[in-house]
Amino acid sequence: MSNKTRILMIEDERPIRAFIRASLGDSDFELKEAENAREGMALVAQLNPQVVLLDLGLPDIDGIDVTRQLREWTDVPIIVLSARGQEKDKVDALDAGADDYLTKPFSLGELMARIRVALRRHRGHQVTEEPVFEAHGVRVDLSTRQVFKDGVEIHLTPIEYKFLVLLIRHAGRVVTHKQILTEVWGPAYAHENHYLRVYSAQLRHKLESDAARPKLVTTEAGVGYRLRVE
Amino acid sequence: MTEARPDPDALLKRLQQEEKPNQGRLKVFLGASAGVGKTYAMLAEAHQLLERGVDVVIGLIETHGRKETDALVRDLPKIPTRPITYRAVTLQEFDLDAVLVRRPEIVLIDELAHSNAPGSRHPKRWQDVEEILASGISVYTAVNIQHLESLKDVVAQISGVQVRESVPDSFIERADEIELVDISPDELRERLREGKVYVQEQIDKALDGFFKKGNLIALRELALRRAADQVDAQMQTYRENQGVRSLWAARERVLVCVAPNRLGEKVVRAASRIGSTAHAQMYALYVESDRQQGRAAEDRQRADDALRLAADLGMETARRSAHDIVGEILRYAQLRNVSLIVVGKPIKPRWREILHGSVVDELVRRSGEISVQVITSEEPSVHAPSGFQLPPGQIKDYLLAVFVTAVVSTFGGMLYRRLPHENVVMLYLLGISLTAARTGIRAALLCSLLSVAAYDFFFIEPRLEFSVSDAAYLPTFGIMFGVAILISSLTSRLKAQAEASAARERRTGALYDVSREMAKSRGRTEIAVAAARRIAEDFDTDVAVLLPNERGRLTPIARSRSHFENDHRETPVAQWSFDNGKAAGSTTDTLPSATGLYLPLRVGEATLGVLALKPHFQGEKLDPAQRTLLETFANGLALAIERAKLAREGAEARLEAESEKLRSALLSSVSHDIRSPLTAIAGAASALVEEKGDSKTLAETIFRESQRLNRHVRDLLDMTRLESGAVEPNLEWNSVEEIVGGALTRTEIQLQGRKVGVSVDPDLPLVHVDAPLIEQALVNLLENAVKHTSPGTPIELAANLVSPMVEISVVDHGAGLSPADREHVFEKFIRKGGNESGFGLGLAITRAIARIHEGEAKAAETPGGGATFLISFPVGSGAPTIPAE
Repeated sequence: MSNKTRILMIEDERPIRAFIRASLGDSDFELKEAENAREGMALVAQLNPQVVLLDLGLPDIDGIDVTRQLREWTDVPIIVLSARGQEKDKVDALDAGADDYLTKPFSLGELMARIRVALRRHRGHQVTEEPVFEAHGVRVDLSTRQVFKDGVEIHLTPIEYKFLVLLIRHAGRVVTHKQILTEVWGPAYAHENHYLRVYSAQLRHKLESDAARPKLVTTEAGVGYRLRVE
Repeated sequence: MTEARPDPDALLKRLQQEEKPNQGRLKVFLGASAGVGKTYAMLAEAHQLLERGVDVVIGLIETHGRKETDALVRDLPKIPTRPITYRAVTLQEFDLDAVLVRRPEIVLIDELAHSNAPGSRHPKRWQDVEEILASGISVYTAVNIQHLESLKDVVAQISGVQVRESVPDSFIERADEIELVDISPDELRERLREGKVYVQEQIDKALDGFFKKGNLIALRELALRRAADQVDAQMQTYRENQGVRSLWAARERVLVCVAPNRLGEKVVRAASRIGSTAHAQMYALYVESDRQQGRAAEDRQRADDALRLAADLGMETARRSAHDIVGEILRYAQLRNVSLIVVGKPIKPRWREILHGSVVDELVRRSGEISVQVITSEEPSVHAPSGFQLPPGQIKDYLLAVFVTAVVSTFGGMLYRRLPHENVVMLYLLGISLTAARTGIRAALLCSLLSVAAYDFFFIEPRLEFSVSDAAYLPTFGIMFGVAILISSLTSRLKAQAEASAARERRTGALYDVSREMAKSRGRTEIAVAAARRIAEDFDTDVAVLLPNERGRLTPIARSRSHFENDHRETPVAQWSFDNGKAAGSTTDTLPSATGLYLPLRVGEATLGVLALKPHFQGEKLDPAQRTLLETFANGLALAIERAKLAREGAEARLEAESEKLRSALLSSVSHDIRSPLTAIAGAASALVEEKGDSKTLAETIFRESQRLNRHVRDLLDMTRLESGAVEPNLEWNSVEEIVGGALTRTEIQLQGRKVGVSVDPDLPLVHVDAPLIEQALVNLLENAVKHTSPGTPIELAANLVSPMVEISVVDHGAGLSPADREHVFEKFIRKGGNESGFGLGLAITRAIARIHEGEAKAAETPGGGATFLISFPVGSGAPTIPAE
């Protein structure tokens, strides 16, 4: 078994497969391809890939169902590829267990960034979690529950802190509104999206240099929040 | 020779002929009498046609057992006749439907004047032929001269035989060809004697009766003249078609006045003969006197019959109502440049003429340059056309007359002692006037009689006796009686006039109401419903409006009441009326045994639907007198439906043109805006393939241009979705700051190198909006600012509360907008300068997004130069509260 990272791409569009194959082919990745969902799911079991790129618009089975079925037995990182205007599908796929999404058309840079984040999460499960998070001048010490902005300690309310920690645990990845509400406030609050508006604003005002142009706590309109690390 | 101005009449006639390319040809074999060999000639020609391969069949031939004819019939294909049993007799009738189904090229139909058995579709065979011709099948037929409508009376005078069956002249005149089958009277009598015409027993009777030599000569002359006329007419048509000037000479115009008496039809026939020899334009007019409005229905029926006959003979008919009958006739005649007026004059006692005057005499006196021809009747008119008829009174009215006389007498008795005699006379006259005003003339006359008697009995010495002691009272009685009669006749005439005008007003009012209601209605269903309701109310019948559905089948669009059942027997009648554009059913000539009356809704040549009327209760009959009025309603309805149809077509055409314009604008935009990035991508990629140039720069070009291409497609999709109403905003409570942040993040790359000032009011509440849409609107405004200003110029973004709205503005410092541009900049496909052009959709999308949030997008001038774009939308009410921690 080579030590290259195995990536499985489930995508019915030949030109997109060709573009990704050409981009990833000669690097550190070993790319496998599937044309439809059935073949893709069989290959996941057979090849045990480290990342799955899943197109949401497959001809045979709905991408959201594929995600759900895969999640029944594997926690392999799934990055869904979707067209613009399918916000609801994206959210459904994310809530069904996908790790992240990419909106077509995307650049190679974006794809690589998503793959890197996904791999880090995957390894993070195996290794112990980093006790300290640091990005854009913000330092969070998860063991002491202390937050610093440009070296100055910031006071966060318990909910703000819980919110921030959740984003840190998914750093670089999008977290849907529902996921945040369920984890921070509880399942009964799953649809109280306005809580998020208020607390994300509070977090930004405390952590960002310009709350109107956030660098850390970014919004993916209609989907959720993403903690930017790069 | 100079070409002359076109005669509109001639042009119209020719157009009508040319407009009917699908009409079958009609050939008529015309004979002076039975036995001349019409059927034989027709069959002989059919044989020749058959040999030439023409599809000719026999629809119906009466051989009358003649041997030579039988032989010819045997070899021709036939359509079987249809047996109809009527009063235990089985008649063989010609099968119209079978012919229409079989569709031969030519069909032979004998005995054109035949009357069909009751229960057939048309009462007359010539109507069957008319329908066959209309369906495009040619017809050969035979008819004897005595059956021509206009010659009926002449033939009756010549031969003493009243002909029952007749064919309208106009029908024969439209024949494409008339072949006269002619043999000399002697030869005909010879053939008759040989038994070639009738069976032996009838021969002697026939030779002494109808086939007398004198009769045959006269009939032959009629037939020859008729055929010659037709040739003349064809010659004239030919010359008209050539547009020769000599023909523009004024055409003779003849007006026939129809009177409501027995003379009516006779006058019409006579006028038709006069007119047709002169090839005159014929008019028939019935002027109803307003004094005659109360006349018996029988008289009206006579006038109607005469007018219908006139129409059958090809005249233009009209009906007027006037006080001055002669004046109205002359007005009508002068308007149409009539040169001859034909009137009938019943012979009546001279004293009545002196007393009541005569319309005819007055007409002759006042006609001026117009000639008047008077037709008199040999028998005295049964109906006097004067107003001196006594309408039947009612018991109630007579009782009133007695009662009034009694009251006046009692009252007079009370005043008698105190006042002079004359007052009592006045009282009686008052009583008579009252009675006349309340009742008809008969009761008023009774009242006059009773009054004179009572006056004599109660007030004249010797009292309580009918004798008179003083002879000086006799003139008093006479004058009193005369005045009473005068009063009662004047009053009752006044009353009749008032009633007549009220009736007219009611009709006009109803018509006006219907047309007003139809004008108000939109769409054909609404119009049909309104018309059905009004007509049902005004005529007290059940009404349905039937219009064709997509497959051309008639379906009821509106009914006056729900139980206007769709009777299986009636449906074909309605369909026939629709297909042929003619009235059918009860009170008409077609299928008169149907219970309903079906009037076609015609506009010009087209039939749009059918107006169906049925009496409320079974067994009730529709009133034929209402036909004319109903036809007026049907015309109005047809016009209204046509108008609705045209309006809809107009709107559709406008919409079509509008979307066509948009489509072409879109296509030119798409071809420009999608092609230019594609050109750059293809060019850069081909350079990469050839390994020429700086591959990094080329790749960057490809990436940048494909992004641009993607933006164009995105805008196009967004606009389409917004315009089609497919976008239902997903309203949630959102933070303006977060939306602004999202928009700035998405435009990070484009905004690079510019100073972007952002100010969001810290006190802004949560807003109830669809965040992705508002973010898109802001992205579009930012991209627009970038596109239309030079790189490096600053851009400011500000969000403020202008209760109850939130206003977000994007301010640039570029060239700015002219006031005119500010108006149009949010419209689709508006492009403003600059090399890098977009679809011009971005701003249109922004406005559409603002509007689905019940907000607005505006453009203004930036103080100090540049453009300011702003969108505003309501904050929304009922913002949720969040519990403090």
